[in-house]
Amino acid sequence: MSLFSSKDLKLLTNPLNVDNPITVQVLGICSALAVTVKVEPAVVMSLSVLAVLAFANVIISLLRNTIPNRIRIIVQLVVIASLVILVDQVLKAFLYDVSKQLSVFVGLIITNCIIMGRLEAFALGNKPWPSFLDGVGNAAGYGVILILVAFLRELLGSGTVWEYPVFEKLGIYSIGYENNGLMILPPMALIVVGIIIWVQRSRTRELIED
Amino acid sequence: MNGLRKLVDNIKPNFEKGGKFEKLHSTFEAFETFLFVPNKVTFKGSHIRDNMDMKRAMSVVVMALIPALLFGMWNTGYQHALSTGQEYTLMEAFWFGFLKILPIIIVSYVAGLGVEFIFAQIRHHEVNEGFLVSGMLIPLIVPVDVPLWMVAVATIFAVVIGKEVFGGTGMNIVNPALTARAFLFFAYPSHMSGDKVWIEGMAGGEGIVDGFSGATPLANAASGLMDKLPSTWDMFLGIIPGSIGETSTLAILLGAIFLLYTGVGSWKIMLSFFAGGLAMGLILNGFATDTNPYMALPAYQHLLLGGFAFGGIFMATDPVTAAQTERGKWIYGFLTGFIAILVRVLNPAYPEGVMLAILLMNVFAPLIDYYIIQGNIKRRLKRAKVAA
Repeated sequence: MSLFSSKDLKLLTNPLNVDNPITVQVLGICSALAVTVKVEPAVVMSLSVLAVLAFANVIISLLRNTIPNRIRIIVQLVVIASLVILVDQVLKAFLYDVSKQLSVFVGLIITNCIIMGRLEAFALGNKPWPSFLDGVGNAAGYGVILILVAFLRELLGSGTVWEYPVFEKLGIYSIGYENNGLMILPPMALIVVGIIIWVQRSRTRELIED
Repeated sequence: MNGLRKLVDNIKPNFEKGGKFEKLHSTFEAFETFLFVPNKVTFKGSHIRDNMDMKRAMSVVVMALIPALLFGMWNTGYQHALSTGQEYTLMEAFWFGFLKILPIIIVSYVAGLGVEFIFAQIRHHEVNEGFLVSGMLIPLIVPVDVPLWMVAVATIFAVVIGKEVFGGTGMNIVNPALTARAFLFFAYPSHMSGDKVWIEGMAGGEGIVDGFSGATPLANAASGLMDKLPSTWDMFLGIIPGSIGETSTLAILLGAIFLLYTGVGSWKIMLSFFAGGLAMGLILNGFATDTNPYMALPAYQHLLLGGFAFGGIFMATDPVTAAQTERGKWIYGFLTGFIAILVRVLNPAYPEGVMLAILLMNVFAPLIDYYIIQGNIKRRLKRAKVAA
């Protein structure tokens, strides 16, 4: 038996497209809007969510038969909170500047709806390995959108990608181009996410609602 | 005219179903209906079709904008001459402004109509005429020195995000022309505010008369320089720096008369808009102190300054985004004018509040309508019960 059955593979790939947590389930929007001004914090944020979601899914999945149903939310929160604190400490130790930029949003991973949603919907009823894949898949789906939005916003809003001055090197400013200030403001993140949803839905027939 | 009709009829089969250019059907139809009143007939029930279809209504608004446009062209030249210390004759000033403004108009139309045609083709709709007005409004509400590519970007953004995502003309929630301006205002603030952008060539700084200030009266008023305000008469005529078409209250009023005469614009919105502005102005006058001279600016002068008149006549009355119910129009217009002056005077970050006020009330218009209609239903139900 191979490590990835086709069902397992779906757990990884579905969240990237037809079951994307941001564009289809529309979860975790708040952090998607808040940390996408620059690519670097967006990548770090995605990795943090990946770590938290993957391990939380595994832990809850291991505990799933012992957690009493009535207090499951509290147990989930304890697990998530511990993991988030770990991530936060790691960031503070090794990536202090980025952790400064992300500020409160690392802590707010605890309230990220994607994580609670996956624990409730998947980890509580599945074995650890599929749960791990589901966690990785959903975090990747979240990360892909986050990084895409951050890329567009940083490129058009500041003219850089990962602090590298792309437009300046290309000499676009000298022909009269200017950075779009609206891209740095939060409303534009909403509009960019909206455009991504629009493009995705018109390309994927099965997502079109009547 | 007959020759033209024949030509259109001759090439028409190519665009019908099965023809060579079937895919371009909506493009063809747009041009055909632009030239001739469509000869479509309804088959079910009895419908009388008015000649006054949307294309014609839009043309009326464009015509109403012409006085403001012509005056804007002259004023551009005049202000430029003033800032550089030259003497222009009437025609020279007009020609100068014409050459500066024409490219903005062309860019706005090409960008906006381009998007409209692309969307019509993809969705197999008819091309809607809504952009005819937006395309003329956009050049009139930007400063004359705005770079053309910014106009293009803003226009495309406004048509796509302000209109097409909601389903095209008639479905939009906010006014597309104002969306374009808001986009410019927040994306490129250095080209949309300050005291250098309103007069052609001023940002370059060459040949400008020493000590000449290009600040708009609004900016002066906001920074408390009340003695620098032009005379009321100049404000009314519009011989002041500002966005291209918005300075002259007189030219805008000519347009308003035309709109009201043809019945295209709603007099209720216009009247209540000015009433709202006046009311807020009077309230602020009542609270004015020595430390804030702006609040003491006579209320009637507020109506002449900035984009107030232009917004009230041409933007707030947009039939798609304004309130639809008759009583709703009073509320909508009044609140728009009211908030416009409120933002203008009390929010130092935005010297002009008309744009934000209209966009805000555009969003509220459906809500106003909803409550007016619900109230009406309730009242009628009550009456029915009493009768029974």
